[in-house]
Amino acid sequence: MLPLISFRAIAPGMALAATACLLLLLDLLPTRGRKDHLAVVGLAGVVLSMILSLGLWGSDERAFNGMVRLDGFALFFNLVIGFATGLVLLLSIDYLRRQGMESGEFYILVLFSAVGMTLMAGAGDLIVIFLGLEVMSLSLYVLAGWFEGRLEAGEASMKYFLLGAFASGFFLYGIALIFGATGSTNLDRIAVAVAGGAARDPLLIIGFGLLVAGFGFKISSVPFHMWTADVYQGAPTSVTALIATGSKAAAFAALLRVLLSALRTVQPDWAVLFWGLAVLSMTAGNVVALAQQNIKRMLAYSSIAHAGYILVGVVAGGALGGGGVLFYLLVYTFTTAGAFGVILLLERDGREAVAVSDLAGLATRHPVLALTFSVFLLSLVGIPPTAGFVGKFYLFGAAVRTGYVWLAVIGVVNSAIAAYYYLRLIVFMYMREPEGSPTVLVPSLPAGLALAVALWGVVQLGVLPAPFLDLAQAAVIPLLR
Amino acid sequence: MARLVWLIPLFPLVGTLVNALFGRVIGHRAHWIAVPALGASFLASYAVFVRVSGGETYTGDLFQWIAAGSFQTAITAQVDPLSAVMLLVVTGVGFLIHLYSAGYMHGDDGYARFFTYLNLFVFSMVMLVLAGNFLLLYVFWEAVGLCSYLLIGFWYQKQSASDAGKKAFIVNRVGDFGFGLGIMLIWTTFGTLDYGEVFARADASVSVATYTAIALLLFMGACGKSAQLPLHTWLPDAMEGPTPVSALIHAATMVTAGVYMVARSHKLFEMAPVSLEIVAWVGGLTAVFAASIGLVQTDIKRVLAYSTISQLGYMFAGVGVGAYAAGIFHLVTHAFFKALLFLGAGSVIHGLSGEQDLRKMGAIAPRMRVTAVTFVVGAAGLAGLPPLAGFFSKDEILAAAASEGHTLLFLLLLAGAFMTAFYIFRVVFLALFGASRLSHEAAHHVHESPAVMTVPLAVLAGLTVVAGLALGLPSAHGTAFSRFLAPVFPAEEAARGLAVPLVSVVVAVAGVLLAWLMYGRRPVTAEEIAVPKNALHSLLLHKYYVDELYDAVFVRPLFALSGWCARVFDLGVIDGAVNGIGRLVVAWAQGLRRVQTGFVMNYALGMLAGAVAIVAFLLARAR
Repeated sequence: MLPLISFRAIAPGMALAATACLLLLLDLLPTRGRKDHLAVVGLAGVVLSMILSLGLWGSDERAFNGMVRLDGFALFFNLVIGFATGLVLLLSIDYLRRQGMESGEFYILVLFSAVGMTLMAGAGDLIVIFLGLEVMSLSLYVLAGWFEGRLEAGEASMKYFLLGAFASGFFLYGIALIFGATGSTNLDRIAVAVAGGAARDPLLIIGFGLLVAGFGFKISSVPFHMWTADVYQGAPTSVTALIATGSKAAAFAALLRVLLSALRTVQPDWAVLFWGLAVLSMTAGNVVALAQQNIKRMLAYSSIAHAGYILVGVVAGGALGGGGVLFYLLVYTFTTAGAFGVILLLERDGREAVAVSDLAGLATRHPVLALTFSVFLLSLVGIPPTAGFVGKFYLFGAAVRTGYVWLAVIGVVNSAIAAYYYLRLIVFMYMREPEGSPTVLVPSLPAGLALAVALWGVVQLGVLPAPFLDLAQAAVIPLLR
Repeated sequence: MARLVWLIPLFPLVGTLVNALFGRVIGHRAHWIAVPALGASFLASYAVFVRVSGGETYTGDLFQWIAAGSFQTAITAQVDPLSAVMLLVVTGVGFLIHLYSAGYMHGDDGYARFFTYLNLFVFSMVMLVLAGNFLLLYVFWEAVGLCSYLLIGFWYQKQSASDAGKKAFIVNRVGDFGFGLGIMLIWTTFGTLDYGEVFARADASVSVATYTAIALLLFMGACGKSAQLPLHTWLPDAMEGPTPVSALIHAATMVTAGVYMVARSHKLFEMAPVSLEIVAWVGGLTAVFAASIGLVQTDIKRVLAYSTISQLGYMFAGVGVGAYAAGIFHLVTHAFFKALLFLGAGSVIHGLSGEQDLRKMGAIAPRMRVTAVTFVVGAAGLAGLPPLAGFFSKDEILAAAASEGHTLLFLLLLAGAFMTAFYIFRVVFLALFGASRLSHEAAHHVHESPAVMTVPLAVLAGLTVVAGLALGLPSAHGTAFSRFLAPVFPAEEAARGLAVPLVSVVVAVAGVLLAWLMYGRRPVTAEEIAVPKNALHSLLLHKYYVDELYDAVFVRPLFALSGWCARVFDLGVIDGAVNGIGRLVVAWAQGLRRVQTGFVMNYALGMLAGAVAIVAFLLARAR
């Protein structure tokens, strides 16, 4: 039987893909060396995709023989991915030109990786998840090494690619074993098989374990996290922001889909596993972050720790935990994109200012930027009234509500440890005198716009979280049916 | 109406933000932002007031604020006659004070900062009044406290000013602690914090003991904010702030919050009659207590500060005997004449190049005519001389106390009224008339303040003259003011005869006369004013030694304890533990960092080991 084709179900992703193709053509047109218009068109595509997602709000259907799902969950993630991609595009425009690496392909690759992300968010089948994962990752591998002249860029790209390929191997092997155990790669049919007793099948168990390894790589959870710091450091800062926000969100989307739709009946089994991964990621991420002197590396470990926090919500499961995860990913996208956005505007002695000591005295010279950065950092710590506080509150709240009190306690203790290294940046900005040549702010209108949007998100979600939280919780419901 | 209501807090908020963010650029033009903001806010309040007088009310959510399980709270605004009146007072008097500040603070280094705080203060107070639930009330209750701290300690370079700011904040914390507990108790009792729902559910199904606890805890908060016994000590010290701030705190914002809150929650207080009794007595005692201290103070602003405490006592006494409308009416008239007196005092201080000591004033009326005339109007209003506003409002409270059978309380308040008339006219005679005790330097520079300062004085003086006649004339159906508030407060008894007003006028005139006999009839020397003549005078001059008592009972032992904690416990135990943990974590971090070799092979090996561990773990569990 031929699969039924429903373009509706993949419309948001299609919009991104079509925009990317359009950019391929536009890139061929002769211009006077500037590629701004490509970013603007790309941004328009992102906005269009988000509008389509909003327009489709409330749909709940399966398409392409159950390969693709169009539900609130997918749409919510489309918005998160849209924000992440849009912010990254805005941040990149002047940044690339400054580094002398402006090129149309950059924007095209960003859009293609976003296509992969939306595919992962809306996947109803392990194969589609894998497809999305690869589409996303291949673009990111290239983007990570964009500053080709730099040694660390090559290192980042190479490591990311090699380890990513390794993780994909795990992932694909896991899919194969699960197919062997259940006879299907479709999440619904796996769910039926698992409920029917396949849960004890060693094939399924091993397959699932390998799948977790694959996901663990993408969400940078311990012990699959080691690439994170090197890649975050070597990649262009705007690409780092995309890896930290969009790709992480998409991986969590797929992970949640697998866990909640296919394996919900055996939640106690996987909850223990993720309990351990959450604790390891939080603790290792935060502890190692303490020792970092490079802001990008520090934020890399911070992102590992945040994967741990988000896994707390995964452990809790259900509408509460799942909703908490979705909400937190939205929060994290604004906060992290904002934090990287600030870093990317700073220069010292003509190179990017990424050392913690570069921040010294920033508050006196650029008070608004310092304040903005402080807001993002406070949100990462989880201090009210920023979004980070509300996000953590609901994650840990869900854990407590479902009986994982100790997990919540460990999470809170970890947040306290984390406060040290985030606040250290604020201390440097406000209380240290700069030594040597000053760190300068390179003004950029699009990046300023991106920071404004991110700041809006952090404040909005911190002060008025209720409607977004309701959306996040409603988005998880289709998975639980 | 919804849009109109939200506009009222919006203007001062925008003013705050603009001056806070661009204060450095705006600098000495900050009043061009702040003053119009308040003016616009006042116009919006007036429009709302007009709608409310037409019988409209409004309750609406801006948005759902907190949703945690069964705990739901929204940012709710509620407008009824009570809040409409409060809004008008807060924004109206606040506007005049803003205008005045443009002159008074002229040339100050922190000009933009000052207006930022001032706008924030009014914004917080407006939100406090608009709040439709106890949580929002609490938030802005605290915000008002914060603003008072910022403004009292505005000249933070001065040790006494920053101390006074801290004192205000800390004493308020004591009351707020009770207030917070009271709100939590409301939540556990009624399961909601929404005014409408709480008051609707306040019936006999809840025990009187609970109501008493709630009411007294709430009142504890009111005592702190409205400077009632025994938490009154912060208010006189708050004089360290710039004079317009004193006016704002004393007249339009902050201290009236306690009275407003008690009136707003009167349904809860009424369910526990004992608590109302306590409110009335605390008010009455404070009224006399503070007035008696005011008799002998030598700092012009301190006299006014004790006067405020005393007048707030009257308001609480009125609210406590169930005359809510009378209490609020006194709040309104007091806002007019106390703002007037403070701004007048500020004008005097301004004219004397910063002199606040009554002993070094005198005979400046001829050189500061507008200030002198308006100050005397304010003083007469405070003393309760007919037909000024203070006469009608104070009279309402006295009459209510008399007719509710609180004879002792009535006599207490009457004694307070006598003292009030005496101390305020003592200030009038000492500062404005009699012989000049000015230093040669100051005498040379005496000048009338600029129009931007005297115009607010004139407007407030006008309000002091007309407010009583316009709103406070008793009739068969109560005063016009109480009829307006009738939807909120149960209708009060009407027309009470002429005995009480007559007695109170006699008492007030006697007070004024005594002040004239002692300070106005003949010139007095500086020593005569200040040197204690007997033990009582000395006791009053030292404010009953309350500050010293608190210092000995609370502050010193606490300091000793904290000192011990800081030296022994904190350094040894806590710091030791923290540093130990810190060192441990950092050591751990350095160790873990070494795992991060940078070799892809090692990373891949780590991943492989991880995957193997996960699979092994899952398989082991499946057994």
